[in-house]
Amino acid sequence: MQKFEKFSGIAAPMPLVNIDTDMIIPKQFLKTIKRSGLGVNAFAEMRYNSDGSEVEDFVLNKTAYRESSILIAGDNFGCGSSREHAPWALSDFGIKVVVSTSFADIFFNNCFKNGMLPIILPAEQVEILMNDSKKGSNARIEVDLEAQTITSSDGDIFSFEVDPFKKHCLLNGLDDIGLTMEKSSNIEAFERKLEIEQPWL
Amino acid sequence: MTTPKTLYDKIWDAHVAHEADDGTCLLYIDRHLVHEVTSPQAFEGLRMSGRGVRAPNKTIAVPDHNVPTTIDREGGIDNEESRIQVEALDKNAREFGVHYYPVSDIRQGIVHIVGPEQGWTLPGMTVVCGDSHTATHGAFGALAHGIGTSEVEHVLATQTLIQKKSKNMKVEIKGKLRSGVTAKDITLSVIGATGTAGGTGYVIEYCGEAIRDLSMEGRMTVCNMAIEGGARAGLIAPDEKTFEYCKGRPHAPKGAAWEQAEEYWKTLFTDESAYFDKVIEINGEDIAPVVTWGTSPEDVLPITEIVPAPENFQGGKIEAVKRSLDYMGLTAGQKLTDIQIDTVFIGSCTNGRIEDLRAAAKILEGKKVKDGLRAMVVPGSGLVRAQAEEEGLADIFKQAGFEWRLAGCSMCLAMNPDQLSEGERCASTSNRNFEGRQGYKGRTHLVSPAMAAAAAVTGHLTDVREMI
Repeated sequence: MQKFEKFSGIAAPMPLVNIDTDMIIPKQFLKTIKRSGLGVNAFAEMRYNSDGSEVEDFVLNKTAYRESSILIAGDNFGCGSSREHAPWALSDFGIKVVVSTSFADIFFNNCFKNGMLPIILPAEQVEILMNDSKKGSNARIEVDLEAQTITSSDGDIFSFEVDPFKKHCLLNGLDDIGLTMEKSSNIEAFERKLEIEQPWL
Repeated sequence: MTTPKTLYDKIWDAHVAHEADDGTCLLYIDRHLVHEVTSPQAFEGLRMSGRGVRAPNKTIAVPDHNVPTTIDREGGIDNEESRIQVEALDKNAREFGVHYYPVSDIRQGIVHIVGPEQGWTLPGMTVVCGDSHTATHGAFGALAHGIGTSEVEHVLATQTLIQKKSKNMKVEIKGKLRSGVTAKDITLSVIGATGTAGGTGYVIEYCGEAIRDLSMEGRMTVCNMAIEGGARAGLIAPDEKTFEYCKGRPHAPKGAAWEQAEEYWKTLFTDESAYFDKVIEINGEDIAPVVTWGTSPEDVLPITEIVPAPENFQGGKIEAVKRSLDYMGLTAGQKLTDIQIDTVFIGSCTNGRIEDLRAAAKILEGKKVKDGLRAMVVPGSGLVRAQAEEEGLADIFKQAGFEWRLAGCSMCLAMNPDQLSEGERCASTSNRNFEGRQGYKGRTHLVSPAMAAAAAVTGHLTDVREMI
């Protein structure tokens, strides 16, 4: 996994609440057996007409937002299906950070496994960033994971919380499985205990 | 004296294989269910890193999302991508030596129906699957939740998950339910009350008389939709009904092992005065048969109500409701019972079990599906299908004018050919009414099996209480 480094980028406003993973990546694109190449299908049913042409007023189709790397989203982003294709599609599009007041649990976890950072902020701060993002491509927002800050184009600095372990993994581009494998003696010990205490398993 | 624990606390504590100083835990996983859509990249990841499956005997694979449900499916899958995905599962299951129920096996079905049916799901376990509706298994007092594909690979390789503990939430349904009100109405009503983010950060324990009174099938319906309320998992403490359901199933313990297991399972309840971070109480008699009118599972109302107006809501929900009504082709003020439907779908991991089919068949007996309406029943597994045929339910469905299909996820998420067309309106026993969920621009109203059957007969959303 790539290391998550400090960056500034264009943020796209998506104020709709409850954007679900079916919206982020509709089911017809889940038939892939790969992780890559899903960016073109991100938000497909909102982004394209049934003849394949682009929906003009969809935010990511607008010239200013085609290179977005941040989404400023309405409450409860990523609810619904557990499909990791959602962060795969966003990441492949170029999105590294999603900001909202709340995220659905599985989507939130899935982001970290793919080098993406979901940031939870209070409603008033999300609103400031939402308004900032509406200014288009001249308004670049800066994200610094090390310092745990996000800075608007006007220089408002907001701090955010992040789980220390997840932060460590993102900053260093670490693979979870490798880290867990280092604790295999703990897992073996647990399995031995389980065999004695719950032999029916 | 020890600190009183919730059911969730007890199951969690019994599965922590390692805890770091910051509270990050390695949670041991007892059962890992796998289907074809969210696993190919995980198996490929194992292959690329030269890793194996740590506990193939605790891993169960079954294709369900993509499989056709038409009677002729033995001929193979027409859609190339779907076929490749099912073939990949076939290959991965055999190569890595996990338990496997191929499409041709009568035990094949929706993964969350097959698990309990085969006795893979037992009280006190941790159960995961790359599917959000894994919450279903919580009905057994098992800690069960959905995971992404990276976590699927993590569990395959290590039989653990990196987790932090969620908070405890209690949802108590007090007293009895009224006639015509089912488990589906309970779970939708709870989501209506709490919202789709109301459970975020929590594991819910459902309790109270109305929950205890439910069958195991009903309890699975309730827990299944815990995810729609945003919760990591839903739980119901095991009791005699749970043990009775599990006993004798192919992978349930037998003989002395059963005795030992049951003794342990009887300790799985929330201690008196254990702490819950959030408590929701609902009177069972206040719950009516409900339907959804919008494109979020929280858009729930009793069938006797009218379509709400956007201005009845606050904040970002106002715009969302405008969008929903436009998408759904509905007008504020319209009576819900005036909404005409084109299609009825009975099935899914929410309502594809035998009791669901019985409830629908009871309404349909001696009646016909409204002229011009498309109606289909997709049993949750091959065994549910066989049992329904044995009980004569299949005949009732067929005589009423329903298509009687083979097992799979089908129109719940429409990855196979069972889809709504643009503007087609469906009364569905599934779990999500999201935009496009059942087909591009398709319109979904979530209902119980009995309500779906009633709508099939009248051709519009209907209060089932008028037909019982």
